[in-house]
Parts: sequence; structure tokens; C-alpha cells
Amino acid sequence: MPQNADNVLDHFELFRGPEYQQMLANKKKLFENPRDPAEVERVREWAKTPEYKELNFAREALTVNPAKACQPLGAVFAAVGFEETIPFVHGSQGCVAYYRSHFSRHFKEPSSCVSSSMTEDAAVFGGLNNMIDGLANTYNMYKPKMISVSTTCMAEVIGDDLNAFIKTAKEKGSVPQEYDVPFAHTPAFVGSHITGYDNVLKGIFEHFWDGKAGTAPKLERVPNEKINFIGGFDGYTVGNLREIKRLFNVMGVDYTILADNSEVWDTPTDGEFRMYDGGTTLEEAANALHAKATISMQEYCTEKTLPLIANHGQEVVAFNHPVGVKGTDEFLMAVSRITGKEIPEELARERGRLVDAIADSNAHIHGKKFAIYGDPDLCLGLAGFLLELGAEPTHVLATNGNQKWADKVQKLFDSSPFGQNCHVYPGRDLWHMRSLLFTEPVDFLIGNTYGKYLERDTGTPLIRIGFPVFDRHHHHRYPVWGYQGGMNVLVWILDKIFDTIDQNTIVPAKTDYSFDIIR
Amino acid sequence: MSLAQPQSVAEIKARNKELIAEVLKVYPEKTAKRRAKHLNVHESGKSDCGVKSNIKSIPGVMTIRGCAYAGSKGVVWGPIKDMIHISHGPVGCGQYSWAARRNYYIGTTGIDTFVTMQFTSDFQEKDIVFGGDKKLAKIMDEIQELFPLNNGITVQSECPIGLIGDDIEAVSKAKSKEYDNKTIVPVRCEGFRGVSQSLGHHIANDAIRDWVFDKMDPNAAPRFEPSPYDVAIIGDYNIGGDAWSSRILLEEMGLRVIAQWSGDGSLAELEATPKAKLNVLHCYRSMNYISRHMEEKFGIPWCEYNFFGPSKIAESLRKIAGYFDDKIKEGAERVIAKYQPLMDAVIAKFRPRLEGKTVMLYVGGLRPRHVIGAYEDLGMEVVGTGYEFGHNDDYQRTAQHYVKDGTIIYDDVTGYEFEKFVEKIQPDLVGSGIKEKYVFQKMGVPFRQMHSWDYSGPYHGYDGFAIFARDMDMAINSPVWKMTKAPWKQAPAQPGLLAAE
Repeated sequence: MPQNADNVLDHFELFRGPEYQQMLANKKKLFENPRDPAEVERVREWAKTPEYKELNFAREALTVNPAKACQPLGAVFAAVGFEETIPFVHGSQGCVAYYRSHFSRHFKEPSSCVSSSMTEDAAVFGGLNNMIDGLANTYNMYKPKMISVSTTCMAEVIGDDLNAFIKTAKEKGSVPQEYDVPFAHTPAFVGSHITGYDNVLKGIFEHFWDGKAGTAPKLERVPNEKINFIGGFDGYTVGNLREIKRLFNVMGVDYTILADNSEVWDTPTDGEFRMYDGGTTLEEAANALHAKATISMQEYCTEKTLPLIANHGQEVVAFNHPVGVKGTDEFLMAVSRITGKEIPEELARERGRLVDAIADSNAHIHGKKFAIYGDPDLCLGLAGFLLELGAEPTHVLATNGNQKWADKVQKLFDSSPFGQNCHVYPGRDLWHMRSLLFTEPVDFLIGNTYGKYLERDTGTPLIRIGFPVFDRHHHHRYPVWGYQGGMNVLVWILDKIFDTIDQNTIVPAKTDYSFDIIR
Repeated sequence: MSLAQPQSVAEIKARNKELIAEVLKVYPEKTAKRRAKHLNVHESGKSDCGVKSNIKSIPGVMTIRGCAYAGSKGVVWGPIKDMIHISHGPVGCGQYSWAARRNYYIGTTGIDTFVTMQFTSDFQEKDIVFGGDKKLAKIMDEIQELFPLNNGITVQSECPIGLIGDDIEAVSKAKSKEYDNKTIVPVRCEGFRGVSQSLGHHIANDAIRDWVFDKMDPNAAPRFEPSPYDVAIIGDYNIGGDAWSSRILLEEMGLRVIAQWSGDGSLAELEATPKAKLNVLHCYRSMNYISRHMEEKFGIPWCEYNFFGPSKIAESLRKIAGYFDDKIKEGAERVIAKYQPLMDAVIAKFRPRLEGKTVMLYVGGLRPRHVIGAYEDLGMEVVGTGYEFGHNDDYQRTAQHYVKDGTIIYDDVTGYEFEKFVEKIQPDLVGSGIKEKYVFQKMGVPFRQMHSWDYSGPYHGYDGFAIFARDMDMAINSPVWKMTKAPWKQAPAQPGLLAAE
């Protein structure tokens, strides 16, 4: 019996003992009708070949291990960034259970969101009653300042009309007439989570600026000197938005962070559960109309929102999740140009420190090959940083990236000698990436938690940057934007490189050399 | 306990009733009336818990429930390791449930085993407009080409499938024929069906009946020689290895486990189960349907058991042995005796640290009742419990065998209710899911996830109980709970919500 009260063994060790190993071997042999091990081995080897890769890339219908989620997830991400706002997802209730779990597993935080709990009868008759009852219940129970309505694929397939439903619900007294219920249709079968983020943001600004679905006069833009900032769907939103605020404060910029969810996903443990915390106030959301300009940190998260804002007379500037020196330079110079504020010496020194760190460490990164996957903007930002480190972003893959994005990545490759042998893969999944890692191996892989399966199968060490990260804690509290953020990314990459070198040189009496104390 | 708490059962009942009345005040009238039926204070001697269950959740209240797809793909089918389960529809459902449930297995993932992979038809607008059947057929071809060692395919329907009129049954039949009678199972588990995960379990059970059992060749040679001691474990999903730490006990008492449903399970095991002499059923809620079917069709009796905590384990081992001869009965006694010293040591170590601590549960499946015995073995008391998707037969079992007089019962609890109940009752521990975990930890209340064992486990069996005891101790007695209040904010007269001493 391996178990012991003084040294309790859990799944990490319990099943490795002979009792369990024998039991599992018997189970397999007698009852699982297992495949011939030689056949398993043959197929395993075959799946590593260029021939398999070709078949794999010829897939037209099947998606395996995609690196994207559906629109409604992004809808919730955007909605919780507004003060005391509850996302209300119209459709089947299971979806909401999934979004809440997904965010809680990444941020290790509560994630409040409600569903209109549509079932078979709503599928037949439409979900109007669910909207009427649902809005009334949410309003009374959770006393939000705003309810942001989005949809699941069920409501979209049956064609529920949010605008009409919300109007009717107000007429029936679910919420007061003047109460803010912005909405966005966010079908799961169009785009991905970044599209849902975009749609909700656009819906909220349309609501506040363009007359609240015909119930209020349109706002007239009175330009002021402020700037708006949109972060986009971002697993590092907590660390990043705080860093951006610090940068703006250092520069003396008058700003509004739109969809600021950095507080609600980083509340203290002090005896109080804060269902709401921080967020862009509704007043700020309305007044954002008057800003001089809006900066989006992620172009592909704001493809519809930015044109809406531009149409209201503002300058809009979009970045692609800038990481590192050049990306941050361009971001800060844009802020400086728009606001007329100088970039203070303090930030020049921060920049110098990042350059210093790169100078100190780049020998370990130079010429190394990386595979990257993630959201389109994140891929661009990371690829740009790798190029300035002298590394090669050999494979860059975004399941939710399109051809336009691919062209942009290619342009980035073309801008650097380190990009000459690099390739971009729009619309592909992690099973494609698996083939690439076998047929055209790289030194390191950058991606989210699910990359650990690729690491296991191909032996490519994984650097966890992306969303979701479920199996490492608290990285979302660190910025990856700004010079400080670049420093964090640099350190994460270096840590993995050094750990890998150490692991490869740790065998006594065999690899004593290279197991160095100073690197 | 920092605040004055009611002591007598009568006081507790009065407090709990008052609490229920209080939470109902927040709702609009119609909703309050509906929610009132799901909340109660248990009266001992009653045949059930006095709550309505398995009824539609109310819109907008923040139910914790999931959907039929979660019940089928996430619970019943997903763990069958040598089959490929297609999440059929848009990308999200498969993405959020991808490897999220820790159904442990052994196998070469991606080659002959597929549990921790996400296969999806990733529906686009054109699939909604023109239908997805052709795409589904093509997906099956691509699976056959790229994953030739798969032993079968299931189609896990997401919401749109049933709404756009796709005929996944026809596609499955045609492709099964094309691939030499391959097992291909269409499952109508669209998320909008039913009121929770529960209907998904039922639909998934029925799909096994219709598309696995009914398709088997009755004249096929058995893959193994039957024995008089063959049993199947039904309703154990091997979370953190639960089915393994259960299987070892059944085998040690002389039984032979021929199938696991469905944790670390395989198609061959599903197919072999009609040869079992007894089906032992852990999660009644999710797999009673197939157990009843096998009883009716194949004459296999089934027996519910509970492998949480030594009291219930011993009771269950004897109950199971009761279906067999003296050899097995002696085997059960031998197993109980073998582990007694371990259990004594575990209880001697952890009970003094946990004695008298109170627990509130809110989980799914069997756990709102099944884990109560394990807590009691550690001297702890469950003061509130409820089911995410239970039916009345669950509440009957709970009332008749598990809960104490005065326990507060909450069915399909809302976020608001659960928060208020915990705030007032101030248990020493809450056991619930990931969506609840951080709510209560923020409040300073120790918490364990009782779906995933908080990434620990196994919790089943004797080996599992040692882990369970350790984990409850580390949750409740962690030094972190003494730090939730800043020292300069601590007023001695009004201590924090909960300081677990």
C-alpha cells in the first residue's frame, strides 16, 4: 500500500507505484482492446513526416486544437470593463457557465455574468420572455449601473432582435426606460472572441453617442484634449492597463481607458467580495466622444469600433499589440504627437534600461528560432520583438488571423534580415503547428497553456505568453506593454532558454561541461 | 467562529428560514415565488428535502448550471479515450471544455487516444445557412485519414445543429457503412435542450444504448473469458484518478472490473459491459439511465455505492459483496481490515485539526450528498447543500441517508443566494466549483473545488480519502486566512467575517 498518512501521495505519485501500474497494464491488456504497440509507434512516427504534414494541411473541414474562442467570450470581456456593468448573454445558459469558468481559470478571479437561460420553448417562440424576465431579475438582484446584452449562437440562429426585445422589456417595466442597456449581436459562428470584443465596444459607444437606440438625443461632439485608449482582448489586461495608466500619468496625458477591466479581475482578498470594481464610468464612456483621438492597442480587436469612432470626427490610431523597444517607441511617439506632451526623460531612461537588458542578454537569443501562435495582434507584437532581439519568428500562426493579417506579418518579416526564413499561417490550428514543429523544428514555442501538448509531443520548450494561461499563476498581473512590459517578456524568454540549457547539461559524469554557474 | 452562531437545532432552523425569507426579498414577485420552491430547511424524517428540482433556471439570476452539451461531451462521452468526439457547431463549446475536466487516462494522445484534444467543425455563417451535414461527412473522412487508429467517432451537437435541421443521424449511418460498420454516434445534446447538464447525461446514455449496444454483433466472439466476478464501474469519470483508486479496491476484494464508464474508458469496455454480473454505480445522476437499461435488457443488477470516506467505503464494499459469494464477502472484509490502519492514521492526524468545522456544499451529480460521510469521518458537519442539476430522487436519497435536521437546502442556487447564505451562516469551508471559488475566497472563506478536487485527487477510495483529508486541512488551516484583514484595520470588537482559527 503506497498511501501514508504522514506523507500523503496524490495523483502526482500515487499511480506510479507497482500496485497501480500493474492494475493499469492489466486493464489495458484485457479490456481495452488495445492497438498493437508497433502499429501505434508506426503511426506516431508517420505523424511526424512531411507526408503527414501535407495531408494535415490539406484539411478543409476539420479543425483540431484551434487557438481561438467564440465571439460571446470577447463580448463578456469588454462588458465587464465598464463601471458596475453586468454582461447579460441572451441565449442558452451553458455558454455563460463556460465563459465564467474560462475567465476564472485564467485570472483566478470571480467572473460575474448572467444568461437569459433560453431552452426549447424559446427556440420555438423566441426569447422575448427570457429577455423581459431576465433583465428584471438581473436589475433587481445585482443592481448594476448598466446591463450589456450580447448573444449566443442559439439566439442568433433563431433571429432574436435585441433592439426590439430590449425596447419591449423596458415597456414592460423590466428596467427603467432611461436605464442603459447597450447591446450587440455576437454570433459565435462569425469571427472569434476578438470580434465579440469589437462588437460590444462598438455597441456601447453607439448607445451612448448615437441616442441610446432612439430614446435620447444624439450627443454632439465638443472636442477636448483627452485621448481614449482601448486595450483589446488581452490576457494581460490587469498588468497592461495599469502600466498604460502609469505611462500616461508620467507623460501628463489626460486620458480615458475604455473597457478598463483591470480592477474587476484583480480584486483583493480582504473579506469582501466585490462583484464590481473599477471600470470605465458610464459618464466617461459617453464623454469619450469628445476626445481628440482614440488609440487602439490591437487593430484586429477594433476593426469596427475604430471606424465608428473615426466617423464621429476623432483621429484613430491602431497598433498591433506592441511589445519591445520599437513598438513602445512608436506607441509613445504617437501619444506624444497627438497630445503634444513630451516624452519625459524618465521614460527615455526606462527605454535605455530595456535596451541595456537586451544588450546584456541578446547573445543567448540571437539566431534562435521561435514558433508563435495566438491572437493576430499578439503574434505581430511578439514577432516584432523577436526580430529586434535578433531571433527568428520562424512560424507565426493565428487561427483567427486572415489574409490581410498574414500580409502584414509578411511585411514585418520582410523588414528584417532575421525574418527572411519565416512563415505566416493564417486560419490554421495547433494540429497544423504540430506538423510544422516536426518538419521544420524551432528552438522555442510561444503560446498559451494548450501549447504544453505541443511541447510534450515535439519536445519544443514552451514559453507561456497568451490567453488562456491556466497552468501558471499570476502572469496576467505583469504588463507586456511599455518598456517594463518588454523587460518582462525578455525575462520570460530568457528564463526558459536558461532552464532549457541547464536541463540539457545536467547529467553528472556526462555533461559536466556547459553546466555553467555564470551565463 | 467569530460571530455568535445559533446552537440548538431549533435555533438553526429558525435562522435558516429567516435567511431564506430574506434572500427572496431581492427578487421581483414572480421570481421570488418560483425561487421559494427551491429553498428549504430540511426536517428530519421527511422523505425528501422539500425542494422542487430539475426545473428551468430563471433568466438573469446567475444560475451556476451548464447545458446538455456539457452533460454529454463534457461528462459522459468526452472521457471515452479511443474515440474522437467532434464538438459539432461553433468553436466555443469545445474550446471552453477542452481538457477542463481532468478525466485521467493512459494512451498516446493524438495517435490512439484523444481525450485532451479539441475536434470541432468550427461552424461559419455559411454552415448555418446551408447546413453542416456535408461538412460533417468531410470531417469524418479527414479524421479517418489523419487519425487512423481511432476506434470510433461521436458527434456532440451544439445549439445550432437542432435549430437548422441538420440530419447528423443520416451522415453517421452513411459514414459508418462506408467505414466497415465503424462505431459512429450522433448525439442530440444541443445546449438548449432541457434545463441543465442533466438532460445531456440522459441523451448521452441513450446514444450508447442506441448506437453502441444496439449495433453490436450478438454473435461476435467475446474478447475475454467471462468470470463470475465481472463488474463494471459506472459513473466514475476518473477525475484526478478517482476510478483507479476505486478499481483497485474492487479488484483487491476479488472482483474483476471489465469496464470503466467513462473515465479512462474505451469503446471495447462499453461494448463488454452487458457481460458484467453487476454494475456498480457511483454517479447515479448521470448514469442511472444506462444502468436501468442494462437491467431490463440484459438482466444485470446495479448497485449504488459511495467511495468517499472510510465509513461509506466499508458500507459500500459490503453492499457490493452482498451480490456475490462468500469469497467476495471475505474479500471485502479483508480489504476493509487492510486499510483500517491507514484510515485510523489519517483520522488521527487530521480529525483534531478539523473537528467541529462546518461545510457548505453546492455541487453537481452525486457529491452534494456523497461527500457528507467523508466530512463526518473527519468530525466535520455539512450545514448546507444543494444540487446544480439534481432531480427529486437525488433529494430523496439526500434526505433519507445523508443530511441532518435543519440543514439548509438550495436547488439550482443563484449567485446572489449562495453569497448571502455563506455570508450569514459563516461556514468554515465552502465546497463548490470554479465559478464560486474566488467569490468566497475574497470573502475570506476557505474553499475547495469539489468538481475538479482543485486539481488534486483522487478523492475516491481509501487512497483518495487520505488526500481528501489533507486537502480539507490545508484549505481550512492555511495561514492565509489570518491575513485577510490589515492589522491596522482590525477592530477587536468586530472581527472579520471569518477567521478560521
